Amino acid sequence: MKLMTCPMNGPRSIAEFQWLGAVQPDDDPQGGALVERLFFAPNLLGVLREWWRHTPTNTVFIAERHLTTNEILRTYFHNAGTDSTAGAAQ
Amino acid sequence: MPFNLLKYGLRSGHEPFRDIPATPDLKASYDVVIIGGGGHGLAAAYYLSHVHGITNIAVLEKGYLAGGNTARNTTTIRSNYLTPPSIAFYKEGVELYETLSQELGFNIMFSQRGQLTLAHSDGAMRSFRLRAEMGKHMGTRIEVVDPKTVREICPQVHMDEGGRHEVLGGLWHEDAATARHDAVAWGYAKRAAERGVEIHQRTEVTGMAVSGDRVTEIRTNRGTIRAGQVLQAAGGLNGQIAALAGIALPIRCFPLQAMVTQPLKPFLDILLSSSDLHTYLVQSSRGEIVIGGGTDPYQLASTRSTLPQKEALATGALQLMPFLHNVKLLRQWAGITDITPDFSPIMGASALQNYWLDAGWGTWGFKATAVAGKRLAETIATGRVPAILQPFALERFDRFALLNEMGATAAGH
Repeated sequence: MKLMTCPMNGPRSIAEFQWLGAVQPDDDPQGGALVERLFFAPNLLGVLREWWRHTPTNTVFIAERHLTTNEILRTYFHNAGTDSTAGAAQ
Repeated sequence: MPFNLLKYGLRSGHEPFRDIPATPDLKASYDVVIIGGGGHGLAAAYYLSHVHGITNIAVLEKGYLAGGNTARNTTTIRSNYLTPPSIAFYKEGVELYETLSQELGFNIMFSQRGQLTLAHSDGAMRSFRLRAEMGKHMGTRIEVVDPKTVREICPQVHMDEGGRHEVLGGLWHEDAATARHDAVAWGYAKRAAERGVEIHQRTEVTGMAVSGDRVTEIRTNRGTIRAGQVLQAAGGLNGQIAALAGIALPIRCFPLQAMVTQPLKPFLDILLSSSDLHTYLVQSSRGEIVIGGGTDPYQLASTRSTLPQKEALATGALQLMPFLHNVKLLRQWAGITDITPDFSPIMGASALQNYWLDAGWGTWGFKATAVAGKRLAETIATGRVPAILQPFALERFDRFALLNEMGATAAGH
């Protein structure tokens, strides 16, 4: 069973989580930049910062996950900054 | 004759019969280079060489012939889509498959048995009515059927009357079919090779040289070649291949998982699916029940499998056919799909003059093998994108002219 560490609830089965897509800049793109933001989502073979939700508790947070190995490197709350030490269970 | 056969059998030094020639050395240049040796790329090579007389072609395949998504899909051929451009395109695709065995002289085991998609909710029934009317308008065989007719078409379905997933009706698409995926790719490859098309297996594209608005060189792990025209049809790696040419594609990769049971006596003579359960069932000519469904719920470029997704597939299959409960699974696998925002493919021109796209095939590419190959061959040979492909252009996203087929693809295999 693959585990994900929720910053609120600790390690839980990945089946309890909903993937919400890549973290995008909080700005207001226009024109070509809007097309790019809407349709040209990141499709890298590396680490993606993405939104996840722990569905039973409706806890939304950020995970850093490798898109080829599926390794979850870290999880943290949006406001926790990048120094969060919240874990990376597999 | 038996004596000759005996003599032949006792002779030493037999040349093994090969449908596909061994990979030759790369030449310095080709008129057309096709990146991706799956069904689509091989079909394009076939139509270029047989219809348009272009034979100086190299098909570059990173792995082995048709070993990517051509080998991993669940082989549905159908045209029950929603938007007129999609229906027109996939309808031509079905029609090409109908005569493909005869055209290739190669048995692709085409079986036009019809597809029944079940609805377990009012929302699904509403979308079926719309799809049926659009399909009739475009000239395909498709209709909404009531539960009684569902029972007649497929007596094995568990109707679940009064239950959580009661069958409220279905979408009956008589044109739908299945075929042997390997045979489709091998048939195209064999006939293309007979005209001189070179198929280079284990040849990975590692880079491209772009000069002005043209691709001039393609670098591979076996050497560098010059190309007049380039077609990319690289399945799950389409995003990465396009990036080598400096082209961004609106694609995200998701795994798609499937599995087959042990062989059973023939009992299922249609393609059966459910848009609410995201489940798809077909019995192969070997008797195995092929079970497919929706993609994984999060982005990933990997062919690993997961227990939760296999459980979801099994749950859907058992809901429709509870008597499968003690049937063993024989094989399971996954492929990497290249999903577009509107669940429609990207075909035709790119920003480069001699670089053509056949990408964004997600979970719905097998049915279009013939028509995409034929129409892209026409595109490359004439330099003009035919009308039937124009709605699928990459620049549709700039114009917000999307072709939304989410309901006809993601849920309704």
